[in-house]
Amino acid sequence: MPEARNFTLNFGPQHPAAHGVLRLILELEGEVVKLADPHIGLLHRGTEKLVETRAWAQALPYMDRLDYVAMMCNEHAYCLAVEKLLGIEVPLRAKYIRTMFDEVTRLLSHLLSLGTHALDLGAMGIMLYTFREREDLMDVYEAVTGARMHPAYYRIGGVYRDLPDQMSQYQKSPWKNAATLKKVNKNRQGSLLDYLEDFTERFPKCHADYHTLLTDNRIWKQRLVNIGVVSPERALQLGFTGAMLRGSGIEWDLRKKQPYAAYDRVDFDVPVGVNGDSYDRYLVRMEEMLQANRIIRQCIDWLRKNPGPVISDDYKLAPPPHETIHSNMEALIHHFKFFSEGIFVPEGEAYAVVEHPKGEFGIYAISDGANKPYRLKIRPPGFTHLAAMDEMARGHMLADVVTIIGSQDYVFGDIDR
Amino acid sequence: MSARLETLKTTLQARLGSRLIGMDEILREVRLEVSAANYLEVMQALRDTPELAFAGLMDLCGVDYATYGGEKGENRPARRFAVVTHLLSIQHNWRVRVRVFAEDDGAPRLPSLFHIWNSANWYEREAFDMFGIFFDGHPDLRRILTDYGFVGHPFRKDFPVCGHLEMRYDPEQKRVVYQPVSIEPREITPRIRREANWGREHA
Repeated sequence: MPEARNFTLNFGPQHPAAHGVLRLILELEGEVVKLADPHIGLLHRGTEKLVETRAWAQALPYMDRLDYVAMMCNEHAYCLAVEKLLGIEVPLRAKYIRTMFDEVTRLLSHLLSLGTHALDLGAMGIMLYTFREREDLMDVYEAVTGARMHPAYYRIGGVYRDLPDQMSQYQKSPWKNAATLKKVNKNRQGSLLDYLEDFTERFPKCHADYHTLLTDNRIWKQRLVNIGVVSPERALQLGFTGAMLRGSGIEWDLRKKQPYAAYDRVDFDVPVGVNGDSYDRYLVRMEEMLQANRIIRQCIDWLRKNPGPVISDDYKLAPPPHETIHSNMEALIHHFKFFSEGIFVPEGEAYAVVEHPKGEFGIYAISDGANKPYRLKIRPPGFTHLAAMDEMARGHMLADVVTIIGSQDYVFGDIDR
Repeated sequence: MSARLETLKTTLQARLGSRLIGMDEILREVRLEVSAANYLEVMQALRDTPELAFAGLMDLCGVDYATYGGEKGENRPARRFAVVTHLLSIQHNWRVRVRVFAEDDGAPRLPSLFHIWNSANWYEREAFDMFGIFFDGHPDLRRILTDYGFVGHPFRKDFPVCGHLEMRYDPEQKRVVYQPVSIEPREITPRIRREANWGREHA
């Protein structure tokens, strides 16, 4: 009689459904997963060590490269931690801009998550739609910073600049005749806020299309319902946050419970799941997109009516306006000191959190009074979620592992740091 | 908010007072200082006392205080390695930070929190990988972020940022080889400490 033994399968690190460089060692009995052992660290860049040798302001662009689909939210947590250490208050307009861009970022992240999740499970079309909307939001990023992926827009004490009054236009090319140009440039005639408002008006229709494509789709439900069920008790025990926790029925959203930026001034609802399976988490993320859209609209309204400064005017902590440095001696000195030595952060430690699209993103910063962080610990949401992979995948079929990966919605930039 | 912070502090003092080394409020966050011997007991109490109910371990990280405070070493703690945890109570909506120093600087050891909060699993593996802190009672203490076969603990302050080994493809041997690093660590902006309020004397 042949000996029966488990089959060990190496999944990744180069696998399109692994959402990055995940190496997963799966022990299978037939097609059933008996053990899942994720090997991570293939994207480890030592961000936490690197920033110990960079001035406080120089560490900010590293934050973009953590979770590279939710760039501005990472920056936000870092800025909040340093601002807490410095004890400074950010101008209200900067808070609204941050809130608006956090939500734009949330849409970016959820759209990518939805598109790739569906793509992994065989629904090709949805990805094309979500990336169409992502394109518009990337243009918003580009308009304000010039970068589509790694903006480095938030600064300690505010944001880099105020919102631009005009959008860049498509130029004439062999592929775009006058009629096409007129069409693609139609919503780019006004300011950034006009462009974004136009998007928020179109988005609910797009969102309804995703629902039509997926929510009652028989295949989609067969692949998601009752897959990767996590009870509320286990979710807490495993340190889940964000949509993973809300999917299990625990109403916990840092934007409501421990508000930061302007979240206590805007109106939104927190969706909560019931069964704690992949389908509920999908529904939670879907609803969060609509809520994000709602918050963006409120921020646009407020930002239109309330001009003002967007960064702290304490030039020991934020650079002076660039126009002044060639005419004002003091501004020149501040500029020089800021960009050579950097800022000095008083001795202390702070832990700041934001409700990142994927969960609680925390920065624990220790300063010994120098111009560089003494230690910076990044608390990525995906790290704890992926740690629960074994528990969530055990007993499921091999194909369900892909569902769980998509449902956990992690990104390796922040897991590996 | 500050009333809640006071409630938290009073409750912590009443429930754990004798088992703590210290309790500080730093920038509106509470930090508990615990000895390694009382660590597990205090953590268990933090989770199980209904008035505290810290059901979630949000973060756990190692810290190496070897060069804290620059050359003068002002305020540098007596011990080198600490483990800092951030706990969250969803029920009461408050957080607490717990810091515990390992007794032995050469081979730091601390009890594992895995059996209190399962989420400690990977965080402790990370602290072990990065700082070489051993966690007694951890079910699966392996390296997590560094390469297979990595030597050393990269986040220790005596580990250079450029590392010790570099890897390249050797066309003669037709394989990847490891060799000592050929670059030197350089620091463009030096680390400087200034006394508080520096530059603001005339403001």
